[in-house]
Amino acid sequence: MLKVLKRVIAYSSPYLIYFILTIVFALAGISLSLAVPVFIGEAVDCCMGKDSVDFTRLTRIIVFLTSVIIASTLFQWLMTLCTNKLAFLTVRDLRTDIFNKMQRVPLKYIDGHTKGELTSRVINDIEIISDGLLQGLAQLFSGVITIIGTLIFMMTINVKIAVVVVILTPLSFIAASKITKASHNSYMKQSKLRGDMVSLVEEMAGNQKLVKAFVYGDRAEKRFEEVNKEYGKIGAKATFFSSMTNPTTRFVNGVIYAAVGLLGALGVIGQFTFLGSMTVGKLSSFLAYSNQYTKPFNEISGVIAELQNAVASAQRVFSVLDEVEISDDSDKEELSSCDGSLNFKNVFFSYSPETKLIQNFNLNVKTGQRIAIVGPTGCGKSTIINLLLRFYAINRGSIEISGRNIYEITYESLRNKFGMVLQETWVFTGTVAENIAYGAPDATREQIIEAAKSVYAHGFIKRLPNGYDTVISEDCGLSQGQKQLICIARIMLMSPPVLILDEATSSIDLRTEQRIQKAFIKLMEGRTSFIIAHRLSTIKNSDVILVMKNGDIIEQGSHEELMKKNGFYYELYNSQFTS
Amino acid sequence: MISGGTSRKGSVANIFTNCWERTQMTKLLIFLKGYKKELILGPFFKLLEAIFELIVPLVMAKIIDKGIAYNDVGYVLKMSALIVFLGICGLCFALTCQFLAAKCAYGFGTELRTALYKHVNLLSYSSIDKIGTSSLVNRITNDTNTVQNGVNMFIRLAVRAPFLVIGAAVMAVSIDMKLSAVFFVVAPLISLVIFFIMRKTIPMYKKTQQSLDHASLLTRESLEGARVIRAFSRQNEEIQEFREAVSDISTQSIAVGKISAILNPIAFMVMNIGIVAVIWFGGKRINIGSLTQGELTAFINYMTQILLALVVLANLIVIFTKAFASANRISEVFSLLPEDDGEITDLDNNSDNIIEFRDVSFAYEASGDSSVKNICFSVKRGEMLGIIGGTGCGKTTLANLIPCFYRATEGTVSVFDKDVTTFSHNELRQRIGIVPQKAVLFTGTVRDNMKWRNAEATDEEIISALKIAQAWDFVSSNPEGLDTLISQGGKNLSGGQKQRISIARALVGAPDILILDDSTSALDYKTDLEFRKALRTALPNTTIIMVSQRTTSLTDADKIIVMDDGEAVGIGKHEELIQNCPVYCEIYHSQMSQKEEKANA
Repeated sequence: MLKVLKRVIAYSSPYLIYFILTIVFALAGISLSLAVPVFIGEAVDCCMGKDSVDFTRLTRIIVFLTSVIIASTLFQWLMTLCTNKLAFLTVRDLRTDIFNKMQRVPLKYIDGHTKGELTSRVINDIEIISDGLLQGLAQLFSGVITIIGTLIFMMTINVKIAVVVVILTPLSFIAASKITKASHNSYMKQSKLRGDMVSLVEEMAGNQKLVKAFVYGDRAEKRFEEVNKEYGKIGAKATFFSSMTNPTTRFVNGVIYAAVGLLGALGVIGQFTFLGSMTVGKLSSFLAYSNQYTKPFNEISGVIAELQNAVASAQRVFSVLDEVEISDDSDKEELSSCDGSLNFKNVFFSYSPETKLIQNFNLNVKTGQRIAIVGPTGCGKSTIINLLLRFYAINRGSIEISGRNIYEITYESLRNKFGMVLQETWVFTGTVAENIAYGAPDATREQIIEAAKSVYAHGFIKRLPNGYDTVISEDCGLSQGQKQLICIARIMLMSPPVLILDEATSSIDLRTEQRIQKAFIKLMEGRTSFIIAHRLSTIKNSDVILVMKNGDIIEQGSHEELMKKNGFYYELYNSQFTS
Repeated sequence: MISGGTSRKGSVANIFTNCWERTQMTKLLIFLKGYKKELILGPFFKLLEAIFELIVPLVMAKIIDKGIAYNDVGYVLKMSALIVFLGICGLCFALTCQFLAAKCAYGFGTELRTALYKHVNLLSYSSIDKIGTSSLVNRITNDTNTVQNGVNMFIRLAVRAPFLVIGAAVMAVSIDMKLSAVFFVVAPLISLVIFFIMRKTIPMYKKTQQSLDHASLLTRESLEGARVIRAFSRQNEEIQEFREAVSDISTQSIAVGKISAILNPIAFMVMNIGIVAVIWFGGKRINIGSLTQGELTAFINYMTQILLALVVLANLIVIFTKAFASANRISEVFSLLPEDDGEITDLDNNSDNIIEFRDVSFAYEASGDSSVKNICFSVKRGEMLGIIGGTGCGKTTLANLIPCFYRATEGTVSVFDKDVTTFSHNELRQRIGIVPQKAVLFTGTVRDNMKWRNAEATDEEIISALKIAQAWDFVSSNPEGLDTLISQGGKNLSGGQKQRISIARALVGAPDILILDDSTSALDYKTDLEFRKALRTALPNTTIIMVSQRTTSLTDADKIIVMDDGEAVGIGKHEELIQNCPVYCEIYHSQMSQKEEKANA
C-alpha cells in the first residue's frame, strides 16, 4: 500500500509547489481557525455580568478576532485551490500516460482484456484516485493538523482536562472502526449482489428484443426478482450498518462534551484544585474545541476507507502502466521504397505455448501477386495478417518485405505499406470526411469524394443530413455495410503497395459487393494483395491460395493445383455450389 | 444519432415534456405506499434526536449559570449526567431512524426495480427503439439506485436539517429576542451563499462530466480500433486528441473547483463574524442585565449548529436534484404504454395457411417513410420462403412483422389464418423460432442457452437441435459437452460457433415457424449447405422464413420475395424470378457466372 502511495505521490512531483503550498496554507488557515475559539472565550470572559462588561478589551478582541477570521478564510480557500490543482493536474498526467501506454502495449494485451474493463481503468479508476487519494490525502492532512492544533490549544487552556479528552477520544475511533468492520462484510456482499444484478440486467434488458422473441420474459423476471430481493435485503442491512457510524460517533462526542463540561465547571468552581484554574470563557472555548477535535476523527475514518479504495484503483492503473511495451523502434531504419514482395521463411507461431499453430511456413510472394487465405469458420485465417503487420511476434523464422526483415524496420514504415480492410468495421466519432481521410489527413475534399465514389459510397453519403460533414460514430444508425464502405474508401484514398482484405465484404449485400469487387480489382492492379474470404468465387484467380484448418496452413498452391490435389480445398470449393 | 441540423421545434417540445414529466414522476410515489409507517416514524425519531441535540447547549448554559455561579457541585454532576442521558436517547432515536430509512429505501427500491423490469418486459419493439437498450439497462440499475438513495437521505436528513435550523432559531429567540436578530441576518446570508455557489457550479459540473464522457468515448474507440490505428500508425494523433480531452477535464475541474472551494471558507467566515456580532451585542445586553454569560455561550453554540445544518441541507439539495433527474428518467419508461396483447391463446394447428400478408405496409415511428410497402404473399405449412435484397431494403422489417414485433401500419398480417394482433403474443412467439442477425449468447452453460425456447427441453431435443445446426461436433468435442460454460457475450467462442449455437437455440422443440434473419453469414459454404440439408430433413413440418443475401441459399425455396427499397419487386419461385425479375437476375448473375466458371474448371 505504501509503495502504491509513493508512486502516486511521485506522479504529482512536477506539482510539488502546489503540494508545499497546500501544506503551508493548511497550517496557516487551520491554526488561525483554531485560534478563533480562544478569542471567543476571551471575549465571553469580558462579559461577566450586569455592569461588569469590559468594553475596551472586548473591542480590541473583536477587531483582532475579525481579522483572524478573514485571514483564515482566505488561507482555507487558497489551500483548496492548491489541492485541486495538484489533484487535477496529476490525474491529467496519469490519464495521458495510461492512454499512451495503451497505444504501445502489444495487441495481445488489448485482445486479452475487454474494452470496457480497460476503459474503466482510464476513466473510473483514475477518477477514484483523484477523489480518494489526492483529495483524500489533503483531507487527511488537514484533519491531522486540526487534531494536533486543537490538542495544543486545549493544553494551553488546561492540561488536565485536555488529557481527559485525549483519553476519551479513542472511544470514538474504536466505535467507528468496530462499525466499519461489522459493516464491511455485508458491504462486500452488497456490492457483489449489485454486480450480479447489473450484469443480469445488462444481459437481459440489453438484449430485450431477443428476450421477447423467445418469450423468456417471465423466466427473466423470476431470475431478476431473486437477485433483486436478495440485493434489497442485504443492501438495507449494509446501509443500516454503515449509517450507524454517524450517530454513534455523535454520541461519543456527546460524552466527551459532557465530560469537558463537567470537569470544566468543577474547575471554575474551584473546589477541585488539581484541575487547575478555569474561567467560564475558557470553558466555552474548551467546549468549542472538544467539538472540533472529534470531528476530524470521523472524517479520517471515512478518508481511510476511501483511501483503501483508491489504492486498489491505483494498483489497477499501475498494472497497466507496468505492462511491457512493444520494443522501441527509433533505432530501426525506415523502409522507404517498397515493391510489395514478401518472403516467409520457416515461420513458427502460436498464440499460446500449449497449442502449436503455424509450423515451418514458407511462402514467397512476388510483386503484384494475389494471395488468398481460405478455410472453415474460425480456423485462424487472420493470423498471417497479425504476423505481417507485427501485431503479434513470430516465435521463429523470418518475414521479409521488399527484401528487408520486418523486424529490422520501424513499425510505422512497415505498416503504412499495408492497406487493411477488416471484417469488423471501425469508424470513430467524427465526420464522414475525417473518417475517410484517416490514413491520409492531408487529402483534399475532391480526393475524398473521388475515393468514396470509387467504392459506391458517394450516393448514401450525399443523402446524409450534412453530407460529408455529417458526424458519425460506431452506433450512429449507419448500417454495417455503409460503415464498411467508409472503411474501404479509407484504403482507396491511401493506395498502399500491399492490400489486405479480411472478409472485407462479408457485411455488404451482393449487389454492392459486385461493384466493390470491381473497385478492388482496379485497386489491386500492380499491388500485392492478401484476401481472406469464405466466398471462394472471389479468390479463385489468386496466384497462391493458402488453405487453413485449425490454425495451421494445410494446403498451399494455385486454384488449379489445389483442385487437382482433390483434398480439403476441393471439398470446400465444391460445397458452395451444391444446394 | 446522426447529428443533422437540430430542430428548432426542440425548445417548445421540451417545455411540454417537462410539464408532462413532472406529473409523471409523482407516480413513482406509489411504490412508497407500503412504507407509510417508516416514512412517518423515521423522520419522527430523527426529530426527537434533533430536539435532544438542541437541549444540550441549554443544559450547558444551566451548568454555567447555576452550577458555577452558585458553586453547586451536585448540580453540575446532575446536569452532566443529563447530557450523557440525552446522548443515549439521541443515539437510540437516531439508530431507529437509520434502520427505518434503510428498510424503507431498499424496500422501495426493490419494488420499484421489479415493477420497472416487469414493465420493460411488456414494452413493444418500437418502445424499446425509442429508449434504446443500453439506456434501459442504466435506468433499471443506476437510476433506481439514485432514487433509492434519495429516499434514504430524505428520511434521514430532510426533516432533521431544516428542523435544526428552525429549532436553533427558535431557541435563540427564546433566549433573547433582540439578540436573535443576528441569527436572522446570518442564516439567510449563508443560505444565499450556498444557493449562488450551487447555481453557478451545477452547470459547470455537468460540463465537466461531459468532458469526462468524451474522454471515455475516445478511450473506447481507440481500444476498439487498436488494429486500425496501429495499421495506420496514427497512435500519436490519437494520443494528441486524448491529451486535449483530458486537459479540458482538468481546466474545467480547476475552474469549477475555484468557485466551489469558496463555499466552506465563506460559510465559516459568515458564521464566525455572526458570532462576533453576537458577542458584541450580547456584551451590551449583558451589561444592562438582560442576558447572562451562560446564555451567551448557548447562543454561540446554536450559531454553530445552524451552519452545520445548512451545509447538510446544501448536500441534500444536490442528492435530491440527482434523485429527481433519475426519477424522471424512470417515469419516462413507465409512461411508455405496454404492448397491446391479443386474446387468442389456442392456435389452430390444423390450419394449412401458415402466414399471409395482405397489402402490408409498415413505417417506423421515428421515420415518416414506409420501410415496407404493399406486401402481399402467403406461405403454406412446411414451405420455405426466401427473402432477398440489398442492405436496408426492408428484409428484416418484413420478417419482424410475423411474430408481431412491430404492427403493420396498413394491411393485415395473418398467422394460422388469424390476424397476428389478435393473438396472445407469448402464445404466438412460442410457436416461432427466431435466429437474429447478430448471434447473442448468454452467461451460463450451453444447455442453459439451449433452453431459452423451452425451459423443459430434454437433452435429446437439445442435442438434435445442435446436430441440425452443425454445432454438436464442437460442443461434444469439449470435455464438458452441454455443460460447457459460455462467458458473457460468448467471448470464448468464435463467430461461427456462436452463430451455430444461436441457430440451434431456435430449433429446440421444432417450432412451427422458423425465421432465419441472414443468420448464416459467419458460416462457410460447406457448413451452410450441410445445415440447410439437415434442416429440411429433420423439420419437414416447419415453415421456414429465410432472409439471405446468397441466392444459393434460396434456390430451393418454395417462394422468394425480392425486396428493393421496401417494395416487393418480385415474388415467385427461383425459375420464375429469373425469367421476369431484373433485380433478382442481377443478383443471380454473379452466382451463375461462378457456376459456369466452375463448369469450365
